[in-house]
Amino acid sequence: MNVWLSAFRRVGNMVTEGVWRLGFATRFLGLILLYSGQSLRRVHLTIREIYFSGVLSLLIIVVSGLFVGLVLGLQGYETLQRFGSGDALGVLVALSLTRELGPVVAGLLFASRAGSAVTAEVGLMKTTEQLKAMDMMAVNPIARVAAPRFWGGVIAMPLLAAIFTAMGIFGGWLIGVVVIGVDAGAFWSQMQAAVDFRYDILNGVIKSVVFGVAVSLIAVFEGYDCHPTAEGISRAITRTVVSSALAILALDFVLTSFMFRGTS
Amino acid sequence: MSRTTLDIWVGIFVLVGIGALFFLALRVGNVSSVDLTDAYTVRGQFDNIGGLKVRAPVKSAGVVVGRVNDIRFDTNSYRAVVEMSIAREFEFPRDTIASILTSGLLGEQYIGLDPGGDVENLQNGDMLQITQSAIVLEKLIGQFLFDRAAADKD
Amino acid sequence: MNGVSETPLVELKDVRFAYGEREILKGVNLVVPRGKVVAIMGGSGCGKTTLLRLIGGQLRAVSGTVTVAGEDMGRIGRDRMYELRRRMGMLFQFGALFTDMSVFENVAFPLREHTDLPPELIESLVLMKLNAVGLRGAAHLEPSELSGGMARRVALARAIALDPMLIMYDEPFAGLDPISLGIIGQLIRRLNDALGASSVMVTHDVHESLEIVDYVYFVSDGRIVAEGTPDEIRASRDPFVHQFVHAEADGPVPFHMAAPPIGDSILNGRAA
Repeated sequence: MNVWLSAFRRVGNMVTEGVWRLGFATRFLGLILLYSGQSLRRVHLTIREIYFSGVLSLLIIVVSGLFVGLVLGLQGYETLQRFGSGDALGVLVALSLTRELGPVVAGLLFASRAGSAVTAEVGLMKTTEQLKAMDMMAVNPIARVAAPRFWGGVIAMPLLAAIFTAMGIFGGWLIGVVVIGVDAGAFWSQMQAAVDFRYDILNGVIKSVVFGVAVSLIAVFEGYDCHPTAEGISRAITRTVVSSALAILALDFVLTSFMFRGTS
Repeated sequence: MSRTTLDIWVGIFVLVGIGALFFLALRVGNVSSVDLTDAYTVRGQFDNIGGLKVRAPVKSAGVVVGRVNDIRFDTNSYRAVVEMSIAREFEFPRDTIASILTSGLLGEQYIGLDPGGDVENLQNGDMLQITQSAIVLEKLIGQFLFDRAAADKD
Repeated sequence: MNGVSETPLVELKDVRFAYGEREILKGVNLVVPRGKVVAIMGGSGCGKTTLLRLIGGQLRAVSGTVTVAGEDMGRIGRDRMYELRRRMGMLFQFGALFTDMSVFENVAFPLREHTDLPPELIESLVLMKLNAVGLRGAAHLEPSELSGGMARRVALARAIALDPMLIMYDEPFAGLDPISLGIIGQLIRRLNDALGASSVMVTHDVHESLEIVDYVYFVSDGRIVAEGTPDEIRASRDPFVHQFVHAEADGPVPFHMAAPPIGDSILNGRAA
């Protein structure tokens, strides 16, 4: 009996702590937005962060996008041709990627590669008292360290998602048309007929922006809020990756139910 | 990493990203479908709309000329009222027939417009006079069986 | 204390501070006169680092006043606090250099952030500051390439970049080799006098500090238990000061932490 009680208490504790941290993180977002002036005026700070979050993630995004597209093409064709609809492969690949797989998978990869790097960097700066030193030199660390990293992530994420999706479609074309032999004309024309710019592509872009905000906020917040020890940093990084993944999937559900309701 | 090298890489990254977006927009999706910024609205009543959905295309001679805006049920006539937008550049005579057709064998359903011969054209808010409802599979099969039964009797 | 004609740069009156339930400071009164070097000493966890943070405005006192250059640090707004901080320099325990910048850029940081000086002038100033700490040759190195003592000297050059009126040191002697100890000690004294600034040093290194400071405060259990000039301290008969200065293992600060009698703990109490 006691085991159950303590288990419940622990879960309850986790929930209350989770809610408290959510409030804390929201306030942090407010502070970042308030002090974002410098990120705009001193663009180079933000550009540097776009490099570290975006450019350095290109390799994993491109390779993953290609492989996801290849697998989609393979699996998709195998299933479609049972219904004689092998020609619809382009539609399958394009819609899956633009609506869901592009923003979500790119978001997850972004969180693990760039998000964890940002958390580690900010956490290390906190542990070695660099943030305190900055504060003592009358430079607001939120404006100088947190905000540029936040905006760098927000700008990089949609671009990475678009690149991922494009690579995925290329992979689908590679497998479908070049290897398996689906008719190229059918592949592209059916895709163009079925994929609507506003409905599918734009919604996918909106999703990737929302994910970018969530992941960037979590990454910077966890680094800023971590325990200033080596163990604290490592725990913060784990939290970044896990919380980002959960946030992406939850937000994906919410956004999808809003955006893709019309098909009844 | 010097400032300029960094800037170059970020510039390339942003260009590639925007390029990917453009690729998706132009080559993958269809932006170049019918432009409905300047359109007029026309309605039609149907006995059965089958699987017609909102945003389904409105075609004439196979070319997309508009989109379905809204599908409602009229409690007075107990029929479905379909409201559609047609691009202003396409004018149709007042006795145009609207039918619900299927794209391919199992494809999505759309509205096909068969122009009539009336001198006057449809205006904004007009109601189509003649409509043809969707072919419902069950009724088709039922009709087929009925015909077979009738033929067997002879 | 001398220098009553001038108002002190830093003044703490009846300052109390607590972390939630735990009281750290229980009514502290201390004064940093202009142009002097003051040391705050005490054992670990006695609250001396908290005093430094209160002076720098990183913490707010629960009660009492912390006055720096005439301003009440507990009351002023963020903008005014930042203005004051531009005239303060702080040396953190391990330097706290920015790891993503070179030594030069670290020292140039306050100059670039708070002044509109042209790059050539900034370069000259940075090299002058580095020269003052003897590390002009290290300007192009990265912080990771520096030894502990060198990193601390660079951090000192950064702390004095804007010619502050108050320089604060958090354990400046901790973990240094004897040569670096001597260097840092000399630099603290010389820079203070050269800049006409006042310095506050939190430390438990008795030997080095007594050589260079003008006044010492001893903190124990959240209170000032002793104070005086280095000579007064060395001659003091106060048991706490005596234990501290002569590094005695047992005294007012006991060797044994509170625990039940040994007879009860060892051999399951059968030894009693």
